[in-house]
Amino acid sequence: MSVSLWSGLTLVLRRDLALSLRRPDQLIQPLVFFLIVTTLFPLSLSPEPSLLRQMAPGVLWVGALLAALLSMDGLFRGDAEDGTLEQLLLSGQALGAIVVAKTFAHWLVSGAALVLMAPLVATALGVPVGAFPVMMLSLGLGTLTLSWLGAIGAGLTVGLRRGGVLLSLIVLPLAMPLLIFGANATDRAIGGESAAGALYFLASLCLFTTTLAPFAAAAALRITVE
Amino acid sequence: MSSLDFLTVDDVHVWRGDRHVLKGVSLRVGPGELLHVWGPNGAGKSTLLRVVSGLLRPEQGAVRWAGQSIADDPAAYHAALAYAAHEPALKADLTAVENLRFSVGLKRRVADGELRAALSEAGVAACADLPARVLSAGQRRRVALARVLAVQASLWLLDEPYTNLDASGAELLSRLLDQHRDRGGSAMIVAHQTLVLARPVGRLELGA
Repeated sequence: MSVSLWSGLTLVLRRDLALSLRRPDQLIQPLVFFLIVTTLFPLSLSPEPSLLRQMAPGVLWVGALLAALLSMDGLFRGDAEDGTLEQLLLSGQALGAIVVAKTFAHWLVSGAALVLMAPLVATALGVPVGAFPVMMLSLGLGTLTLSWLGAIGAGLTVGLRRGGVLLSLIVLPLAMPLLIFGANATDRAIGGESAAGALYFLASLCLFTTTLAPFAAAAALRITVE
Repeated sequence: MSSLDFLTVDDVHVWRGDRHVLKGVSLRVGPGELLHVWGPNGAGKSTLLRVVSGLLRPEQGAVRWAGQSIADDPAAYHAALAYAAHEPALKADLTAVENLRFSVGLKRRVADGELRAALSEAGVAACADLPARVLSAGQRRRVALARVLAVQASLWLLDEPYTNLDASGAELLSRLLDQHRDRGGSAMIVAHQTLVLARPVGRLELGA
């Protein structure tokens, strides 16, 4: 009685969500980081509402990217350190599917949580409520794409004792298109213009990484474990 | 377990950097056979086990299971395999049963009752609902042993399974190995000490 790909996938997803919920501090830290970083800008530049609204897309996106990246290093590290990764590799399940489950579980507790938190920060920066749907959609697509890119980086750096900084150096340059188009979409939504073009571009990037990154991350993990 | 379930390792060479760790190791383990791998520290015992498990690809040579190279169909091979590394591979925040549910569940459909039965066979029934964090090193080792039992694999690969086990634990492990052999299972055991089993086992010395 072998286990189907789908039940293996949901099992890993459930395990990782259960683990995250038992360690709420790791869930909350990126959110608090997001809150603090976005608060630093008005404090250091100017609390002038019109200026804040102008800066808001950039501040939101830089804050969200850095916060999401902060937790990326832990994606495979825990499993690699306690030997679970080897068990996963020998489970008879496709490693690509395991990567998909782990990355998606990670996005649910990091990226998706940031998206839900974004309206709070946006309100503080004077973003009109009408721009929220586009802002949240763009952040959702952007953080999911970042999670896929981060999975490749985490797979490559998991063998290093302190891979966190290297992970950022690998992922941040790749994340620049996300920042450009994501901030542009949010900016257009604030100005009341159509953000469709930028959103389509973000969606295509998200699809591109969703289909290819699991294979790349699985290959990276295999090399690291050897 | 069919009679074809032979593990054969042919002339395996592994280099780690400049170090030639495994210099042409060959072995054969059939159904109902146990192989005790021993040798001094750094002789490549764990490396050999990793090669046999498929975690590490040898630079030269081949590992075959049931006549087929393990690289050809790793999923089928891994379904027949239970590997217990030096680390017990338990999540500190999950209970013993949850740990098994997730790791055994990836290999075969399993009910919690079976997992509890395996834990009680390994002598840690009382720890079933405790988080792995509070277990002692010996108890964790027993939970890892329960995982090997619950997977119901025909080939066991055990890396230093006697570490951290007390006298009764060591006795239990030897008894389980005997039972596994009687059922027609096979195993490779990396251990420093002499194995005290009902019948003598094959021995492979590395680094001699």
